[in-house]
Amino acid sequence: MSTITESFLTAGQLIAEADGKLLSIVGLSLQVSLTAVFLAACLGLPIGAAVAVGRFPGRKPLTVILNGMMGLPPVVIGLLVYLLLSRAGPLGPLGLLFTPTAMVIAQVVLITPIIAALSRQIVADAWRDYEEQLRSLGASTPRAALTLLVDTRFSLSTAVLAGLGRAVAEVGAVMIVGGNIDGVTRVMTTSIALETSKGDLPLALALGFILISIVLILNALAHALREWAARRHG
Amino acid sequence: MDLIRRSFIAGAAAAALALAAPFATAADRFITVSSTTSTEQSGLFKHLLPVFQARTGIEVRVVALGTGQALDMARRGDADVVFVHDKAAEEKFIAEGFGVKRQEVMYNDFILVGPKSDPAKVAGGKDITEALKAVQTAQAPFVSRGDKSGTHAAELRLWKAAGIDLDAVKGAWYRDTGSGMGPALNTAASMNAYILADRGTWLSFKNRADLTVVVEGDKRLFNQYGVILVNPEKHPHVKKADGQAFIDWVVSAEGQKAIADYKIDGQQLFFPNAAK
Repeated sequence: MSTITESFLTAGQLIAEADGKLLSIVGLSLQVSLTAVFLAACLGLPIGAAVAVGRFPGRKPLTVILNGMMGLPPVVIGLLVYLLLSRAGPLGPLGLLFTPTAMVIAQVVLITPIIAALSRQIVADAWRDYEEQLRSLGASTPRAALTLLVDTRFSLSTAVLAGLGRAVAEVGAVMIVGGNIDGVTRVMTTSIALETSKGDLPLALALGFILISIVLILNALAHALREWAARRHG
Repeated sequence: MDLIRRSFIAGAAAAALALAAPFATAADRFITVSSTTSTEQSGLFKHLLPVFQARTGIEVRVVALGTGQALDMARRGDADVVFVHDKAAEEKFIAEGFGVKRQEVMYNDFILVGPKSDPAKVAGGKDITEALKAVQTAQAPFVSRGDKSGTHAAELRLWKAAGIDLDAVKGAWYRDTGSGMGPALNTAASMNAYILADRGTWLSFKNRADLTVVVEGDKRLFNQYGVILVNPEKHPHVKKADGQAFIDWVVSAEGQKAIADYKIDGQQLFFPNAAK
């Protein structure tokens, strides 16, 4: 039996057993990444809208920087956050290293630029269409930004989902700042890395299939929610 | 604007829920141990730590890295105890004042793993330096950890003992992978290469493909593990009492027996040898 077939079967078996350990790992993955996505959306959406609508010096370079930061290497962000949170680092006394909170921080740094850059593009496109109209209504810039954020909310949800996808799938940063501690900071991606290290490739791949399924389910839910909201509020 | 307010309230509620939910439900009383991939990936800690926790109520959180990295992590004050296997590096750590005292805990051995086809004709040998010379002469592929781990340090010592100046003879045959024991074994398995491994990781490693143990039993393949409490004088937040309790337990008769009891397929992985 090939490794891939074996992995499919293992994945099915793992899901059927709904082993408590697996559930807690999946739960932690979701908890960390959903928290990170929520915080990143709180930061990224206003930043994106402000850069799209605002008129201030340095707006163009800022746009380029935001777009560039979508490709921040997780390992580097992991290292930076690690050095900040390390006991020898400036935030050491907080004792946050190797906790889920540290993982949330690293993921927020990683995905805020993604959400900000994508929402900037979406809001900027809407701004081009509605600027005159909004101005004629006498809307202030913050007001216009807010209106456009609400108006483009369905497109913006894709930006947020892009952030979620990155957060759930990323391993480099959470491995460094979380330490992959069994029962404390072990998430799906670090479990996959660990099982690969142990040479248990079928199990690693099976966990991978489960992770991919979870991401798909989250996206399906978001899609359904969006359809439902679109029907209700047009 | 009603929609804004509603989505804002929903968002705030979600955030409150997400942030308020306690992340770690585990015990409040815990120590952080920086250790090596071999002790974690071989499953030893999974066997050992629940026994210790049941006995003392102290949870042990293990961060598994190469020995070099594990010691660096402790130097920055991010661990209470280090549990590693590179005597020279450990003594340097103590000499720098980062560790209180080094105690020996257990040993196992390194083994030379290689392809069954054995292009360097070293299988069955008892002399590791002769084997390494043969691998180099045959230009047979060899995978190195290259990550400053305890096993990497041992490998470099053995090349030196074989009288081989790696920098001078390194070629395409010598693959410096900069990875942990498991990933390095995966690489060796896929390219049918020789590799120096610790027996613990090898025994628990599943993706062996065509690899097998080719050289073992040389005295120079001895692999000693030591445990050190991080110096509270350097890092005042070190959990001195609980960290020491862990050290005292692993070198105690009970801890030593728990180490000896850990077996995979009937094979003992680590041999306790703490000073009585």
